[in-house]
Amino acid sequence: MLKFILRRILVMIPQLFILSILIFLLAKAMPGDALTGQLASNPKMDAQTLHELKQKLGMYDPYYVQYARWIKGLLHGNLGMSIIHQTPVTSLIAGKMWNTVLLGAAVLILSYLIAIPLGIIGGRWTDTWADKMIVGYNYLTYATPLFIFALLMLFIFGFVLGWFPTSGSVDIRVENGTFAYYMSKLNHLILPALSGAIVSTTVTIQYLRNEIIDTKIKDFVKTARAKGVSESKVYTRHIFRNSLLPIAAFLGYDIVSLIGGSVFLESIYGYPGIGQLFLTSIMQRDFSVVTALVMISGLATLIGTLLSDIILSAVDPRIRIE
Amino acid sequence: MSNQPLLQIQNLRTSFRIGDDYFAAVDDVSLTVNENEVVAIVGESGCGKSALAMSIMGLHPQERTKLEGKINFKGKNLLSLSTNEMNKVRGKEIGMIFQDPLTALNPLMTCGKQIEESMTVHTNMSSEAKRKRTIELLKKVGIPNPERTYKQYPHELSGGMRQRVVIAIAVACDPLLVIADEPTTALDVTIQAQIMDLLKDLQNQTKTGIILITHDLGVVAEMADRVAVMYAGEIVEIADVHTLFKNPLHPYTRSLFNSIPSSTSTKDRLHVIQGIVPSLKNLPRSGCRFKDRIKWIGDKEHEVNPLLREVSPNHYVRCTCYKNFHFSDEDVGDMNYGIS
Repeated sequence: MLKFILRRILVMIPQLFILSILIFLLAKAMPGDALTGQLASNPKMDAQTLHELKQKLGMYDPYYVQYARWIKGLLHGNLGMSIIHQTPVTSLIAGKMWNTVLLGAAVLILSYLIAIPLGIIGGRWTDTWADKMIVGYNYLTYATPLFIFALLMLFIFGFVLGWFPTSGSVDIRVENGTFAYYMSKLNHLILPALSGAIVSTTVTIQYLRNEIIDTKIKDFVKTARAKGVSESKVYTRHIFRNSLLPIAAFLGYDIVSLIGGSVFLESIYGYPGIGQLFLTSIMQRDFSVVTALVMISGLATLIGTLLSDIILSAVDPRIRIE
Repeated sequence: MSNQPLLQIQNLRTSFRIGDDYFAAVDDVSLTVNENEVVAIVGESGCGKSALAMSIMGLHPQERTKLEGKINFKGKNLLSLSTNEMNKVRGKEIGMIFQDPLTALNPLMTCGKQIEESMTVHTNMSSEAKRKRTIELLKKVGIPNPERTYKQYPHELSGGMRQRVVIAIAVACDPLLVIADEPTTALDVTIQAQIMDLLKDLQNQTKTGIILITHDLGVVAEMADRVAVMYAGEIVEIADVHTLFKNPLHPYTRSLFNSIPSSTSTKDRLHVIQGIVPSLKNLPRSGCRFKDRIKWIGDKEHEVNPLLREVSPNHYVRCTCYKNFHFSDEDVGDMNYGIS
């Protein structure tokens, strides 16, 4: 097991290396740069100064020199400076990361809290009116894009009813660390988390429902019934455990969404997190931030797949990692 | 042999809903299993053997199944029991062995836990006692290293070993009756013999009644006391094993016997029963159901309303067509599949 994990981590190194080249080239392929848009319109700035500034920042160096500089910094844990924010990228990301993890975790937990019971009800009592409602709900959430749904939620509960704040992650008037501060954080979290969760339940519900329908006609379930196991125990002990396997496999990938953040959710709700930072950084051609974020989510994806494999081997005795 | 009836099935009709209609897969079946008796039920696939077994266990999905008649077991009619009451019978008083050991075990539970589960459901044994009994059972069903197998998952065992575990589950609570639904069909021939030997040994030791569902007449000859031949949902012939093997009467029974390959026969070709078992929807509901597969026998030989009649003591046959039955002359010529 340990050997397997170590080997997988070793394999990640070339994967990350290839990823870094791709990210770098793609980022450089974007038209424009961080300075031109910001400074060209400034009347005090002439072309000569701009040119010198760019030269100072190494923007005229050949790509491979720039790449070498970047990757060298990366290996030293230095993600570079954000030209727009004039702060190290590391501290910029660290400042937003917690908000994103908080929102991601809330979305994840809420999504499973909604999806698992609904999937179980739909699978166990197939074709009842409850199941039909769940299937209907599923079609609806599947067909609704997140950005429309989030806007709608924001409009109804934020503007019309005024139940929840419409932007930000915390009220700026409360003091950091107090009870009111945490309550305000929670209050800001509910609406985006709920919007994200409701739209992301579809896959889990559908998978779980189908798995249960498949599993309940399997032979080993008949064996359990023939033993005299009561119907509810047949479900809890035999059917659900087997049906939850694919859901457990998804769990690893969900870690990615925890770190990567949601561009839509954070932008629509003005929630200061990684997703929002990513979007604004692209708009402003803040290359060092963009490349750093894509690198991080790339790493998270690789770790997520590894985690999935580990989780699956933990819950399914047929899958043993040697 | 004791003659106390253990299980009495009376006029059982099991119908399944297809669309809006119900179709009987088991039609007016009456059968008695005595204590310490092995009753074999034989017939082709689709004759209703398994449907009969599942009816006794009450394992058909209730919303799609209609059960009529009576199944008396230990003084109560199983068909009138509630699900909860039936759960107390299943696994405790009637054990069941399934056909395919590769799928009959829960892949996520150790073999030990799966055997223990039926003790958990039916007794108040301590976990230590259950463990001891499980290891004993594993030993009894011929598992070479019971302590190890106790902790193993089904996928770590071979098919034959898994079937032994399935048998251990079935007999875990010392049931009075065991229903074995084609227990060797999914296994290869050498393992089949071992499993049948095991069942025979267990039966000799525990004196349980066994309903053995099979289409292997060799197995029947070896194990059964009495044989019921089923065709298209009905019992067409029933007799003790010696009578039936010596003097099979019903055309279907005789056709089945005729289809067994024999090492002494000099015939080029094996006998084949023409046609197939009609599907549930197309089952003839009146007259002799086997009629269509022995077309050379004239209509007047069949009864309009064939009943199971006692033709000699304890030998029952349905329909009079057996009296003048002969195998078709064209049997061989008709079925020239290009082999000369």
